[in-house]
Amino acid sequence: MCGIVGIRLKNPGLYPVLGELVAPMLDVLASRGPDSTGVAIYCHDAPAGATKYSLCAPVPDYDWPGYVAALEASAGVLPVEFRRRGRDAVIAAPLAPRGGPRLLREIDPSVKLFGFGAAIEVYKDVGPAAQVCERYGIGAMAGYQAIGHTRMATESAVTIEHSHPFAAAGDLALVHNGSFSNYASIRRQLAGEGIRFDTDNDSEVAARYIARQMAAGADAGEALRDTSKVFDGFFTLLLATEHSMAIVRDSFACKPMVVAETADYVAVASEYVALAELPDIEKAEVFEPMPEEIYTWQA
Amino acid sequence: MAGLTAVELSCADMSVREINTVLRALPDGTAVRISQPRGRHNLVVGISALLDITIAGNAGYFIGGLCDGPAVTVAGFVGWSVGENLGSGTIRVQGNASECVGASARGGLIVIEGDASSRAGISLKGGSIAIAGAVGHMTGFMAQAGTILVGGDAADSLGDSLYETVIYVGGKIRSLGSDARVEDLTAADVARVRELAGAAGFSHIWPENVTRVASAKSLYRFDALKDQRY
Repeated sequence: MCGIVGIRLKNPGLYPVLGELVAPMLDVLASRGPDSTGVAIYCHDAPAGATKYSLCAPVPDYDWPGYVAALEASAGVLPVEFRRRGRDAVIAAPLAPRGGPRLLREIDPSVKLFGFGAAIEVYKDVGPAAQVCERYGIGAMAGYQAIGHTRMATESAVTIEHSHPFAAAGDLALVHNGSFSNYASIRRQLAGEGIRFDTDNDSEVAARYIARQMAAGADAGEALRDTSKVFDGFFTLLLATEHSMAIVRDSFACKPMVVAETADYVAVASEYVALAELPDIEKAEVFEPMPEEIYTWQA
Repeated sequence: MAGLTAVELSCADMSVREINTVLRALPDGTAVRISQPRGRHNLVVGISALLDITIAGNAGYFIGGLCDGPAVTVAGFVGWSVGENLGSGTIRVQGNASECVGASARGGLIVIEGDASSRAGISLKGGSIAIAGAVGHMTGFMAQAGTILVGGDAADSLGDSLYETVIYVGGKIRSLGSDARVEDLTAADVARVRELAGAAGFSHIWPENVTRVASAKSLYRFDALKDQRY
């Protein structure tokens, strides 16, 4: 199973309540995936020139002040803005775009980087949606876009790292409902190109592949089209970038997806029941994406 | 089935299980309105009384599944597998339906006034499905008995691996599935389509102009020795 949700707000008046909208959507779909839950929240609230890094603590009472002090000391990075999120943290710092993740790894390799970019923040953890959203305060978060996932694990372990979304490049996040059958071959090919993997999860391979295609110049829609041709298996994929949200379903369309669009937002979910409480849903245009068609929403 | 009594149940106050439990205790002829369905799954499942039930809004998966008697109307759209394993009675969806309309149904009538997604009538074992609009891919997949009427267009692989179900299509067929073929329309077909369109309340279908799709019967029986190349 697995459940996926996404919402992209057109009306800035709704930005303050993004978390209030998305947390119940995830909760409803916990029945499709109670193993772990994750969400990527997009909000342009970093200081000018800074990148946000979503960091996962290796232990519950991790020494974040020590981590931030070490970061500030290394390479003379100032200022570092620190935001505590449950056990985890988001830091905003003007690190060099390419060197940032490596620098963070060097400070403490046991701290995991779940995502980074101008807008994205990634929260994921083991447990059903209500618990995970409560743990990180998702319901109180502001932003303009979010995608999320409730996981029922089928092909790799239930751990924090194996949870979706997979944020394989700056401001890029992918959630997947389904399973890939040829991902090991693609993974070997990408690994041969020097691409690094954090887990043995099939969906991470798709996220890395999309990041590779986009680094080579593809836009979100093109990258999804390439993915749907190269990857075999069952999939409904939801991709988010800083300025867009896009979906594709495989040719059999066995994995569900419903889209609802109003003047204020476009929202997607595995089941309509997750959209049913959104504001003015009765006025929304509701449809199911066709198999193999790419749908993209962007500014 | 004009109900003498009217029962109002709201998904805002009751769980799906509570609603279905109340429905199972009602006598024949009762009219029921289920309000604020909010996309809930499994509403009106396993009901065998002759109730007249209206779901006042959009509903989720398996609506009217495993029923044997009631007349169900959904004033909205439904998710997957509406009328799955229906025994008898009618289900009318006034909006669109998602995948697997009437999967494995054995009897009764399922009417979709909008479009239906893929695999409508999958493994149909009896009864009738009437869809006013278009249908998605693999409609009628492995369907074994009963009738499917499609008012609009059919997407790819229509009637793949059909057995005895006959599919009538008013619009265009993008492609036929394995072992499905177009056959000549007989007077009996025209009468059947007229009867089904009438029961569904469809006025946009010309019974003489539909396309009949049925099994070519080359996959009808499994033959382990046929064309073997080991």
